[in-house]
Amino acid sequence: MVVEKQQQKVLTGTYFKNGNWAIIEGAIASGIAEFFAYPISPASEIVEYVTYRLPAVGGKAAFIVEDEIASINMCIGASWAGSKVLTATSGPGFSLKQEGLGLAYMTETPLVCVNIMRGGPSTGLPTFSAQGDYMQAQFGSHGDYPAIALTPWSVQECFDLTIEAFNISEQLRSPVILLADGEVGRMMEEITIPDEKDIKVINRKQPPKNTDKSKFRQYDVSGQDDLVPPMAHFGEGYKIFGTGLTHTEDGLPKLDEDLHIELITRLYKKLEVNKHLFPEPYTYEIDDAEVVVIATGITARACLQAVIDARDQGMKVGLYRPITVWPFPKEDIEKIAQKAEIIVAEMSMGQLIWPVERFAKKKCTLVRRIGGTPPEPKKILDAVRKLVKK
Amino acid sequence: MAEKSKEIDKSSIIKRPPMDLNHPQETLLRKKAIPTIYCPGCGIGTTIHAFLEALTKYSKIPQDQIFVVSGIGCTGRASGYINLDGFHAIHGRAIPFASGVDIAKPSLKPVVISGDGDLFSIGLGHLAHAARRNTDMTVICINNAIYGLTGGQDAPTTPVGAKTRSTPYGKISFPFNLSHITIANGATFCARYTVYEFVQLSKAIGRAINHQGFSFIEVISNCHVNFGRRNDLGDSIAMRQMFKKARVRMNEEDIGFNWHKTDIEYEVGKGFTKIPTGVFLNEKDEPEEFSERITDAYEFKK
Repeated sequence: MVVEKQQQKVLTGTYFKNGNWAIIEGAIASGIAEFFAYPISPASEIVEYVTYRLPAVGGKAAFIVEDEIASINMCIGASWAGSKVLTATSGPGFSLKQEGLGLAYMTETPLVCVNIMRGGPSTGLPTFSAQGDYMQAQFGSHGDYPAIALTPWSVQECFDLTIEAFNISEQLRSPVILLADGEVGRMMEEITIPDEKDIKVINRKQPPKNTDKSKFRQYDVSGQDDLVPPMAHFGEGYKIFGTGLTHTEDGLPKLDEDLHIELITRLYKKLEVNKHLFPEPYTYEIDDAEVVVIATGITARACLQAVIDARDQGMKVGLYRPITVWPFPKEDIEKIAQKAEIIVAEMSMGQLIWPVERFAKKKCTLVRRIGGTPPEPKKILDAVRKLVKK
Repeated sequence: MAEKSKEIDKSSIIKRPPMDLNHPQETLLRKKAIPTIYCPGCGIGTTIHAFLEALTKYSKIPQDQIFVVSGIGCTGRASGYINLDGFHAIHGRAIPFASGVDIAKPSLKPVVISGDGDLFSIGLGHLAHAARRNTDMTVICINNAIYGLTGGQDAPTTPVGAKTRSTPYGKISFPFNLSHITIANGATFCARYTVYEFVQLSKAIGRAINHQGFSFIEVISNCHVNFGRRNDLGDSIAMRQMFKKARVRMNEEDIGFNWHKTDIEYEVGKGFTKIPTGVFLNEKDEPEEFSERITDAYEFKK
């Protein structure tokens, strides 16, 4: 039971690997210390690979725990003790994690939760791909909270966005969800890992060294322009207290209307103030487009093919791929809707189209396909043809 | 109930405490969070006091290395009143939270103070696994045989026949023996005391904190408001006198491996008739605790 050899932390170089592998390499490059999860397809490869890699690069612990609920709560605990933590899951596990994620949003706990989406509801299509968890990523836990969710479309992005997710999570003291579809998690393609010095890793803000520990108020944001309170950890002498109840700036529970309004409003405002941190969307020829296709993940790759084909045929079509799906890029959608017709392509019965139609303020075309395969470029092209002015 | 409350000697109760009267463990209480939510006479206050006594008198672990986690329920609020690092986790998940902290910072000693519903109903799976791994933590379970905070519904510890808000004709299913479950799952220290036995309870908590590995303390407490009232067991003091009569001292030698000897007996109308208390298990050659095992395993070969 001994880890035999120390391994290199950042595996700089070019590889032919899958998305699950890239997510772990991204997390290790970000400096995670712990990983707790429960095996679930199609995220099992993450669990298998991290238990091999993390102990060999000096991580503190990587193992399977009794259930999904324990894994998210252990992550919250480890984060409060000062570690960077990762958990990974898929559909049913993501449902089980929701209450814990709610606690993390309320107590402002940085962590990253990977959801490799599979077909649902219930056990659904375990090893197949889907994009049916967009709404759950924002509305899965009860109550009002602002979620952050990033969607990669390639193996390279799995690596880059995992690092990005940790940086956002640490800077904003909030959980970040990496919402990859099963196809992205399991497909293999080329990925380049840069030098360690070229990877930008940002750690959480901590109280200044000269802080009077007896007077420290853990949720006090006075003097913090980004509305993020500095995070003190257990065992540092601050005598901090965390609770999922509505709490005062001392972290103590107080059931009070004004206090609740103030706290929840700040959580929303925190994201609004720091929106420059979120990854910019990917766009392809949308400036003069009469029709814009909106899609994420693997579906966006099918859409890109359709858009290229349409351009070849002389149609003015563009692709808009929001990388940050939550908070929803409403300004962009409003701007696009003023000039162009919108097609939303999804690997679900239609989830992304809800916020898109709300902010576009008009009817949008939905191209959907469920059952494990994204909509074919041909189908998207057909939808484009119907909308393009003759 | 009315008759029973007449028996109580109220002469010793201080009606108006002087302003300079301090709590003996004042420095360990979070003054901003007090007054507590507890009903007068609740056994949770007694247990918190016993824990604080254990910290100051019997524990060898420095106070700044101890942190307190609790789940949801009346007992769930305990961590907020104790002036140490603390966390109020979601329902049933105090143990995974504490495990996460213990793995990330093995120098810290988690103490989980939570109720029977939180630890043994919704959170039973986590307790079993923490005991199996021998995670270095002390779990203090305050067993009042009922869900108190939600108004008095039956818990998995409610004895057969007891009346609650959700068992108006008497409880049908059998209760858990919490100590038995914990020992069966691999705890290396286990003790049970009632809130009547304050000094013994405090000493046992001290021993449990000093113990390396998973230690478990079951505290039989009184919920006179929700359990006592509906089962005609009187008020707080009457219930504690019942504990005094019902307790039977039982130690490792008396039990052997027959943990059924530690079963609690209850009779409808009379209340608890037998509560075995004492240190039920104390493994002498303490097996290596979990975070230490991880550290050892992850050390690179030279």
